[in-house]
Amino acid sequence: MHSTTPQPAGTQPALDPVTLAVLQSGLNQVCNEMDLAFVRAAFSPVIAEALDRSDGIYHRDNGELIAQGELGLPVFVGTMQFSVQAVIERVRARGIPLEDGDVFIVNDPYLGGTHLMDVKFVKPFFHQGRLWCWLANTGHWPDTGGMVPGGFSANATEVEQEGLRLPPVKLYKKGVLDDEILSIILSNIRVADQRIGDIKAQAAALATGEKRLAALLERYGADTVDAGIAELRRRACARMRARIAAIPDGVYEGRALVDSDGVVDEPLTIAMRVTKRGGATDATLAFDMSGSSPPCRGPMNSVIATTKSSIYLAVKHVFPDVPINAGTFEPLVIAEPHDTFLYATYPRPVSGCAAEVSQRIAEAVFAALARAIPDQLFAAPAGTSGNLGVGGTDPLTGRSYVMYVISGGGYGGSARGDGISNGCSTIGISKTTPVEIMEQRYPVLFEEFSLHEGSGGAGEHRGGFGVNYRIRIRRGEAVASMVMDHGRTGPQGALGGADGGVNRVRIVRGGTAYVPPHLSKDQNIALTAGDLIEVSTPGGGGYGDARARPRAEIERDIARGYYTREQAQRLFGVAL
Amino acid sequence: MTKLAGIDVGGTFTDLILVDDATGEVRLAKVPTTVDNQAFGVLAAIESAGADPAGLAAIIHGTTTTTNAMLERKIARVGLITTRGFRDVLELGRRTRPTPYGLTGTFAPLIPRELRLEVAERMDASGAVLTPLDEAGVDAAARALRAAGCEAVVIHFLHSYINPAHERRAAEIVRALWPNDFVTTGHAVVAEYREYERGVTAAVNAAVQPVLARYIERLAGELKARGFARELLVMQGNGGTVAASMVAEAAVNTVMSGPASGVIAAAYTGTASGEPNLITYDMGGTSTDVALIQDGLPSVSSELELEYAMPIHVPMVDVTTIGAGGGSLAYVDAAGMLHVGPESAGATPGPICYARGGTRPTITDANLVLGRLDPDKLLSVKEPVPLERVRALIREHVGAPLGLDDDAAAAAILTIANDKMAGAIRMVSLGRGHDPRDFALFAFGGAGPLHACALARELGIPKVIVPARPGLTNALGCAVADVRHDYVRTVNRPLGELAEGEVARVFAAQLREGEAMIARERVAVERIDAVHSADMQFQGQSHILSVAVPDAALSLAQLRERFEAAYWLRFGVELKEIRPVLVNLHTAVIGRRRPLSLAAIAAAAPRPTLAEARIAERSVWFAGGRVAAPVYRREWLPHAASFTGPAIVQQLDCTTVIEPGVRARIDAIGNLVLEV
Repeated sequence: MHSTTPQPAGTQPALDPVTLAVLQSGLNQVCNEMDLAFVRAAFSPVIAEALDRSDGIYHRDNGELIAQGELGLPVFVGTMQFSVQAVIERVRARGIPLEDGDVFIVNDPYLGGTHLMDVKFVKPFFHQGRLWCWLANTGHWPDTGGMVPGGFSANATEVEQEGLRLPPVKLYKKGVLDDEILSIILSNIRVADQRIGDIKAQAAALATGEKRLAALLERYGADTVDAGIAELRRRACARMRARIAAIPDGVYEGRALVDSDGVVDEPLTIAMRVTKRGGATDATLAFDMSGSSPPCRGPMNSVIATTKSSIYLAVKHVFPDVPINAGTFEPLVIAEPHDTFLYATYPRPVSGCAAEVSQRIAEAVFAALARAIPDQLFAAPAGTSGNLGVGGTDPLTGRSYVMYVISGGGYGGSARGDGISNGCSTIGISKTTPVEIMEQRYPVLFEEFSLHEGSGGAGEHRGGFGVNYRIRIRRGEAVASMVMDHGRTGPQGALGGADGGVNRVRIVRGGTAYVPPHLSKDQNIALTAGDLIEVSTPGGGGYGDARARPRAEIERDIARGYYTREQAQRLFGVAL
Repeated sequence: MTKLAGIDVGGTFTDLILVDDATGEVRLAKVPTTVDNQAFGVLAAIESAGADPAGLAAIIHGTTTTTNAMLERKIARVGLITTRGFRDVLELGRRTRPTPYGLTGTFAPLIPRELRLEVAERMDASGAVLTPLDEAGVDAAARALRAAGCEAVVIHFLHSYINPAHERRAAEIVRALWPNDFVTTGHAVVAEYREYERGVTAAVNAAVQPVLARYIERLAGELKARGFARELLVMQGNGGTVAASMVAEAAVNTVMSGPASGVIAAAYTGTASGEPNLITYDMGGTSTDVALIQDGLPSVSSELELEYAMPIHVPMVDVTTIGAGGGSLAYVDAAGMLHVGPESAGATPGPICYARGGTRPTITDANLVLGRLDPDKLLSVKEPVPLERVRALIREHVGAPLGLDDDAAAAAILTIANDKMAGAIRMVSLGRGHDPRDFALFAFGGAGPLHACALARELGIPKVIVPARPGLTNALGCAVADVRHDYVRTVNRPLGELAEGEVARVFAAQLREGEAMIARERVAVERIDAVHSADMQFQGQSHILSVAVPDAALSLAQLRERFEAAYWLRFGVELKEIRPVLVNLHTAVIGRRRPLSLAAIAAAAPRPTLAEARIAERSVWFAGGRVAAPVYRREWLPHAASFTGPAIVQQLDCTTVIEPGVRARIDAIGNLVLEV
């Protein structure tokens, strides 16, 4: 492969500031258009409604992030560059020829991935006959096979149980879909008939990006765009350093607990030590997780790509104004946490890493930084995707189905005010699917969808509230699985605020109540018509001393039924 | 009697166009908007034009009463009666978070929790009754809400889009004891699935209904007292009008009517001058609105959001708003990147050159420094700021940090702003499968014509149209708007399961409903047109694609072909293996009003020669440096004038910049047409 390693920063030809700004928005727009095309054409509701996808542009030689769509799922911020790197390594190692129109498919968690359901397409982009960059996207497929419909196994002990694992192979060769690979994939996943729609949508989004990027290169010239990319990388790095430099030097510790790994009923600990050093030109934040729990038996292991990406997205949540490219991550120094559950290797099961462990890692970062810059932080958000998968066959239509329910929860209070209720997961920007659409598609009835009263953590600024929902199976047999978290301990309060309310799951089978032994994780619970699934999601942590909350606001919260009077007296420490 | 008045209330000015169809006489007025009660401004505008309401055949009114009520949350106290178990839908919604990154921010539902009550009732997704309506419960809930001081009430039940029986019965019970007409049912506002979107749309309707009803009642009363005997018409967000006596029923339709009238005027003007395919570009003080017009018809969407988590799912002219206007602030960030907007200097302090205390450079300031705006002609500036001070502040905030000289710094601000606006135009055109080069750019608003040439060049758009009265475009939109009512029916079945003729029957029923509505309005229309479309998707998708249906009687096979063609155009994907589903059928029933001659509006004070229209010469910056550009007065440009840029064309409330090499001419109806 022809190599064109960029010159070191500082020796680039000078670019005028206007062209630079125009290139930045031009590259972002290429990605935004890919995002939009993917969502509108997708079949998987997880992509189309929950926006569980991302599109980006990556460096031709090292796979580094050049630009990513602004509405891509946050957890993919860092991970896709690792996937592109995995493709590049394989291409180099095996001497795989690259042709215009090729598209690689890959979902191997250990090759820069997340969980198996996140399927990446990686496409070489050629300019004037030479590889110029890579375009890639990720979409969450509703199923990739494995022991549980929907893929969120709660007690797999090896990755083979979790679904079909695809190394980087060409799904499209010179623009033509490979029917043989396609048929292998479709023979190994549930509800396969609609996947062809998602595959075409995912590939079409990359084609859209290709057209727009070609126009950008045509307009400004490849050398100028190259120089712009290098300069934008340098500037993003400078901007991140400027924000970090304002944090007082020191070591800050934060901790977060995962309820259990789904197999062994013991909490897993994330021990996060954040060290700030340096000034405007050399400031760094170092992340050390070496004190965390060892690798676990169940699927709560995290692959390193996800672990790193979780730290990136947490920092981006704290400094949202810093643009995203590879330069943004340069001042973040992550010590790879070998021998912990945050550095999973084959064949450790990983289905919980992208949706749950990632959010606990972010929570640990928030908790550490809340000690450093409390004015800019917030108490912990609900921090669980609340994945519930129900699979079965509807006897009315004879068709099998996989229904996903994802939920929001309360956000933490902050210096600016109370947390919002039913915010989406930290790693997502997902919209929950409307009840009316769920009931059109699946043989279920929602009996309730309401605010989880009392769940907002008390504080001067209280946490937002979680959600309660209750689903009744109307027809046929089904199995339910769930991977959630914060069932044992609520999202952490900050600056003396109380923790938010915990996640609860309760199943009623044949009139008898059943609570999962691990509280927030279980799988393949057999259900039949008339059975119920009840879920309450966590509230956000409180911020500041609850006794400082204005009386009028407590009274308002009582009038609205957010808390009972007794609860409010107890939680806010006042006589009302 | 043939006189009619279009009156549009904007943020700063209330504009009026009065046209006498018989004599061709046109009168214009521009008076300050009266914020607390817009009616005073409206009456002042009529007076200022020297018109007698008694002599008017029609008054068509664009108002921002409901928009402002929503934005400032000065809304009615509303109660909700909803399905047991679901009172929190409006508070929890389909929440994401206000921004993709950052975990703070707020959201307040339109109806607070204590005013959201539940009753036993339930339909399933097929419309079958699972739990009968608890009628006594409805009665008790309505009494409780009334006692709690609610002025309006929303009845919102799950799956009412497929079977509205429970909502209808509940409404009967509530109306029997409710002291006014402000009872909104979800299905009547929007008969589409998605409980949050339908519920919020209904809640917005109820929240602004009393506000709008009071406003219109007072205005209509004042007009009647002055002898106006005809029906007052009000602009809606769909670009059509509705009779004042009926406007409050669907008050939500007026919430986003502001930008619609400008787009309607553009469609009308463009069609009249042989350019039915337009991208409208309305740049004002704080923001820019962009919309697409094809074959003279503005794109309409039912999926717009008023603000974060505030979806309004009624058909509205599909206007994309971006945070770039004359007042957008320019700044350099910590990493040395130049940004323009979305933060705006607003009305106060405004741009530096407005002399209201602004000290940070804006797009308007950049235009001034570069000679594009006339420093002596800034609207409503009494004691102008010296140009040197504007230049110094641009130097301080932009030039020095970037190492650019004064002109280059100001030009950089314009380039970044234009790039941002061009990006928005690409998204509404390319992003929807259209090539901007197939359209003309229709520029209006206070600042649109300042930037239009540069934007068109950036986008490869061959032609720019600046109408005769760019500052009065919205009022013109009112004057030419047709009467319009939109209907939608959810079908939600695979195309293969429908019987031939079923689609045509729905369209026919919707047309009949519209015709009856227009008859009720007592508005003079020349003919009634129906515009049909179908929302379709492949089975398993959740997003829909709107497919135009030019012939209501088309076969199912033809409908399928049209869908597949539209899908290919939009996504470049063919999916023969998956079944198409018909989701919704839409009909816009349009009562065409008598067309207005635009030539009358164009009539100005043309001078015999171009040289006589020239009022000055000014040093103006264009890409490449400064040149001496002639300045013309728009009203004085001769009929069929033709010249080549560089040039500046000035009129009372608008300046057009003509870049070097651009051919400019005045067409038959007074548009300034620029071939870029």
